Amino acid sequence: MILYLTATFINRFRLFLFFNMQLNTDAKLVLENGDEFKGFSFGAEHSISGEIVFNTGMVGYPESLTDPSYKGQILVLTYPLIGNYGVPGKEIENNLPKNFESDKIQVQALVVSDYSFEYSHWNAKKSLTEWLKEENIPAIFGVDTRRLTKTLREKGAMLGKIIIGNEDVKLYDPNIVDIVKEVSIKKPIVYDEKKGNKKVVVVDCGIKNNIIRNLLKRGLTVARVPYDYDFLTDLFDGLVISNGPGDPKLCKQTIYNVGRALKHNIPTFGICLGNQILCLAAGGNTYKLKYGHRSQNQPCILVNPSSSMSDGFPPASPTHLTKRCFVTTQNHGFAVDMKSLSNEWEEFFVNANDGTNEGIRHKTKPFMSVQWHPEHSPGPTDTEFLFDDFVKMLK
Amino acid sequence: MADKIYFLPVTPYFVEKVIEKENPDGVMLSFGGQTALNCGVELFDAGIFEKYNVNVLGTQIDAIKNTEDRELFVIKLNEINLKTPESKAANSVEEAVEIARKLKYPVMLRVAYALGGQGSGPALDEEELKKNAKRAFAYSNQVLVEKYLGGWKEVEYEVVRDAYDNCITVCNMENFDPMGIHTGESIVVAPSQTLTNNEYHKLREIAIQVIRHLGIVGECNIQYALDPSSEDYRIIEVNARLSRSSALASKATGYPLAFVAAKLALGYSLIDLDNMITKATKSCFEPALDYIVVKIPRWDLQKFKRVSFEIGSEMKSVGEVMAIGRKFEETIQKAIRMLNIGLHGLVANNLKFDDIEKELQKPTDKRLLVIVEAIKKGVSIDKIYDLTKIDKWFLYKIKNVVGTEQELLSYTIENIPKELLELAKQEGFSDFQIAKILSSNDGNNMEEKLLQIRSLRKKHKIIPVVKQIDTLAAEYPAKTNYLYMTYNGEEDDIEFDSKNNIIVLGSGAYRIGSSVEFDWCCVNSVITLRKLGYNTIMINYNPETVSTDYDICDRLYFDELSFERVLDIYEKENPLGVVISMGGQIPNNLVMKLNRQNVKILGTSPLSIDNAEDRHKFSSLLDSLNIDQPAWIEAKSMDEANKFAEKVEYPVLIRPSYVLSGAAMSVASNKKELEQYLQKAAEVSKEHPVVISKLITEAKEIEIDAVAQNGEVVIYAISEHIENAGVHSGDATMALPPQFTYLETIKKIKEITKKISQSLKITGPFNIQFIAKENQIKVIECNLRASRSFPFVSKVTKYNFIDLATKAILGMDIEGKYNTIDLDYVGVKAPQFSFSRLHGADPILSVEMASTGEVACLGNDLNEAFLKSLLSVGFVLPKSNILLSTGPIKSKAYLLESIRKLSEMGFNLYATEGTAIFLEQNGIKSEILYWPLYNKEPNVLTYLQDRKIDLVINIPKSLEEEELENDYLIRRKAVDFNIPLLTNAQVAKLFVESISKKKMDDLEIKEWGEY
Repeated sequence: MILYLTATFINRFRLFLFFNMQLNTDAKLVLENGDEFKGFSFGAEHSISGEIVFNTGMVGYPESLTDPSYKGQILVLTYPLIGNYGVPGKEIENNLPKNFESDKIQVQALVVSDYSFEYSHWNAKKSLTEWLKEENIPAIFGVDTRRLTKTLREKGAMLGKIIIGNEDVKLYDPNIVDIVKEVSIKKPIVYDEKKGNKKVVVVDCGIKNNIIRNLLKRGLTVARVPYDYDFLTDLFDGLVISNGPGDPKLCKQTIYNVGRALKHNIPTFGICLGNQILCLAAGGNTYKLKYGHRSQNQPCILVNPSSSMSDGFPPASPTHLTKRCFVTTQNHGFAVDMKSLSNEWEEFFVNANDGTNEGIRHKTKPFMSVQWHPEHSPGPTDTEFLFDDFVKMLK
Repeated sequence: MADKIYFLPVTPYFVEKVIEKENPDGVMLSFGGQTALNCGVELFDAGIFEKYNVNVLGTQIDAIKNTEDRELFVIKLNEINLKTPESKAANSVEEAVEIARKLKYPVMLRVAYALGGQGSGPALDEEELKKNAKRAFAYSNQVLVEKYLGGWKEVEYEVVRDAYDNCITVCNMENFDPMGIHTGESIVVAPSQTLTNNEYHKLREIAIQVIRHLGIVGECNIQYALDPSSEDYRIIEVNARLSRSSALASKATGYPLAFVAAKLALGYSLIDLDNMITKATKSCFEPALDYIVVKIPRWDLQKFKRVSFEIGSEMKSVGEVMAIGRKFEETIQKAIRMLNIGLHGLVANNLKFDDIEKELQKPTDKRLLVIVEAIKKGVSIDKIYDLTKIDKWFLYKIKNVVGTEQELLSYTIENIPKELLELAKQEGFSDFQIAKILSSNDGNNMEEKLLQIRSLRKKHKIIPVVKQIDTLAAEYPAKTNYLYMTYNGEEDDIEFDSKNNIIVLGSGAYRIGSSVEFDWCCVNSVITLRKLGYNTIMINYNPETVSTDYDICDRLYFDELSFERVLDIYEKENPLGVVISMGGQIPNNLVMKLNRQNVKILGTSPLSIDNAEDRHKFSSLLDSLNIDQPAWIEAKSMDEANKFAEKVEYPVLIRPSYVLSGAAMSVASNKKELEQYLQKAAEVSKEHPVVISKLITEAKEIEIDAVAQNGEVVIYAISEHIENAGVHSGDATMALPPQFTYLETIKKIKEITKKISQSLKITGPFNIQFIAKENQIKVIECNLRASRSFPFVSKVTKYNFIDLATKAILGMDIEGKYNTIDLDYVGVKAPQFSFSRLHGADPILSVEMASTGEVACLGNDLNEAFLKSLLSVGFVLPKSNILLSTGPIKSKAYLLESIRKLSEMGFNLYATEGTAIFLEQNGIKSEILYWPLYNKEPNVLTYLQDRKIDLVINIPKSLEEEELENDYLIRRKAVDFNIPLLTNAQVAKLFVESISKKKMDDLEIKEWGEY
């Protein structure tokens, strides 16, 4: 490569094309099992390690990269053409960055097949490369991401590292550290404090901004609190437990706090990690999936309710499952073990493909949670109605 | 397949008859395109479904009407506050003008209930509007005048809803070409490439709102215009049926839309249906792609005289190709080659454009190549965007390819660095393209050079990998046999351990001369091979075909049918051999090259194929067998050619070798034309000889389709053309068994066929064309492969010729008695033309094929089958007024008795001057209408425009290039105003005879099995 690139380039086309390649140092991805994938660097020029996960969504890289659930993870995008529409600006709306799911890129690094050096979009302010470099995030392109995905699928999520140039690094495992602490806010923030508004406490375990936007959009005041905050001393109408990274069992303080809230019959809505925390707080158990769900096309079937909480859904079929199915966006590696919960709880949704739990609800009390992201961004918007249901639960 | 099949026109009259006879419980309207949908709506409105208690399954009629009637459509979407282009419906030209004034120009004119945007188009000013509106009202009694959104992005979604209100969008697609160019004329990519998450999901959410609000059960397609500089959008159109786009979406994603839609119409829910690709997940999901798909339309505009090459809001393309890859550069280059129009990719083509700026602004079928040329000339991407409104992202990608070509130009085959070669392959350059560029575009000895590139990249281990299409981007393990190849990957998804493999080469894009017929042959061959226990491997890239349904074969390579790619697959799969005789001319043309690389060709030997395809060798062979043929000569020089033509007397036929459907086959009537056509022919057929032969007219044309084994003919079917020789066989009306041919002639044809078959040692399907004049038989054409008429003869005779041919190829015993002559019924095949969409094209038949499809009907006799087939291609029987212009004196005399019959039947006859005088002399009264160019009333054009004529019989004066303007104007006007037109004397005669003998009631409603 080097020999070839040092040849003198005389015409302008060549400058255009190979200028980019010339800037792109050789890079590789090394999995913990020793498997290697060659590519070129297009982000920050340093090596890094983390847990390697993939997502099969075809749009939404700015949203995914800023999703705190990816903290500690190296993200592989299976859609091969990335960077096409650049990166939008950092405008602030309602105290939140308008175009991103958190204040910064959360992934350890990014892996793609074909990176678009040129981008085109009215809303773009910079290229993906510029953004990655600004935020000091390594990235690699030219990888056979399909081979990589198949490896991860078969062997389960693995640790790995991206080596840029010759700089080696040690393997880092985000699943054994209290990673939620790193992504949660340090002090409470209140959004849209208005008299007469109902108020919800949102436990930030690495929250995506669109959860907050969805609550604000429905006329609520949102008190966003750190993951280990003792919110029971405050006055509020409902509780939201956010998404977040890592093993839910590591969020001991959050589980404890939520457990206490349940005793007070506070209307509760859990999302993603929040589903698992609610389960653990209710005395249940969680486990790591062989195939995590990381895509924008997961079908979730509504389970027949035994109570009357099914407002808005069509009449149920005589079987356990209804005929209603929703396409959801997901990003999780752990799941709720339905059998571990007491019979006061029932399954809310199940995954149409692998039958794993996709949500739980209490048979008599206003507690519900789902394993996916009803706030979407990125992904389909079909289940935003769950926020409406939550508002209805608030007395 | 179906339990019963009726070969009948899909019109309310016949469908009602079938309902009456069969008494079905339900009917599905959304699977047969616009024709079926319109027919269903008419039947519903006429109360037929109610009368016979037939349930409409799936999407209901009111939902269909809400999408088809533009005014209702807008009202419906306004109810849920969704945006449509500002518009109003008009019921007259005057109303349209008034609305346009209010909306301000430019405006878009849309026609209700029209297929492929027929009659639609933008109008920049009032004059244009009036002209277009007038034409539009010929097809419909309502038009919609709307704000023109030219330059906006065009995006489509395929949406599915079940009876339980579950909704999914299976695929979204983005048009490379902006609004203003019909989506059937656009290059399309899937999934969208320049949309952000917000845009993608906003439009997706709206699509679901719409499908729910309209109450569609099954599948629908929704088209948007998206502002390129905000998230503003307009809903352009909803099709409440399976469409061309749904076929594309099914192939692009691996999600079988039609299958699922049919199940949903029967009441299944999306969760009841398994994902047929993974066999582990459900159909209730949205496919995640890990590749990009590019569709490019295939046009055949050069086949028409006088046609406009500009593309716009009406569909002119006749087919499409779809390429799959993991880079846009790679995929679009593949797609361009798949078009099979002599282009090697984005670059390394020998094309020149005079006015690049104009061509950018007014797009033609060559627009992609104009962009390439513009980039090479240094026109900036911004400027190209301004002129084309094609998103810059696409333009940047094209520029990458131009850049790589420039890079390649500074090397030779000897010194190209490995990295550059690898990059070029990753960007979709073919070995041929690379070889050509590296030898400074010197096009000589290309085969040798491309093989050098091939061995070079093998040495460097630059070999394409096979990837699966699994609908889930590898998230779950999938048992899929749906495959493509790419250089952007390191590992094959599949293993190559199966034995007993046979490759069947497909037929490529539908184009004039090669439509679904060859695909039928491929599919039937695969079915037979599978039944016999072989592992079948299909290679094809046409998203409209059945052969590219992944459940037809054991392995489907959705990839190029090029020498390079076929060899790649051959080397990986190591099959027993390759079947090349089913897919028409594309596989046929690969035979010799593949043979030289020791690829095992199954069936007739490559040497024999060459002897039939090479015009010179074949003509010599006929001479040596003492088989008569029209006088011929190989065109080596212009001088020689002219001498020959003068000796045998013009007109002469110019015929290149190895071509299909008479591409560049032309009739020259004088020296000037001969010169011009010889040049054209030489361009098409560079490596093969061009032959000139005497054109024989006023003779019958007869075809034989047959299967032979080791040179012995096993089964044959003889069909006869209704039209005299001189009309391309693909455009001819054919009857089987022959109706007017002497037994003696048939005997001679059989003898000649035997001789040829034996001498070429044919094993497999073949077709020979003859002309017969006064019991003299001459051979004019021979193809050692399945022909266009194989499905026709198989269906009429009820012997599957392809099944037999496949078995013949495998060496199985297929001896038997096959009766194909003594049938109690007649089958007639009639061509379907698309002249109305080809602005300006002269609707006339010649030696170069022009039809875009065909129909076949069965009847108890010729007249019945002929009328049914004519009605099937949209012909409307005349009620009262017929215009006659019967051409030269010979045809005038030929048609005299027919016209007398018309007069006796009570038709009002109108005629142009000469014809009227001739008729009067023979005692037939007609009213004179003046020639178009005479500014005198009553004028032919006025009568046509006012739609006072029900049928035009216009026989052209001669075959000369310089058609009389008057004749042309009459024919064109008839087409533009949707008036039935007959231009062939033999067909006109048969028509008159048929309507004089048969009334609608006499056309029997019999299913296939009843014959």
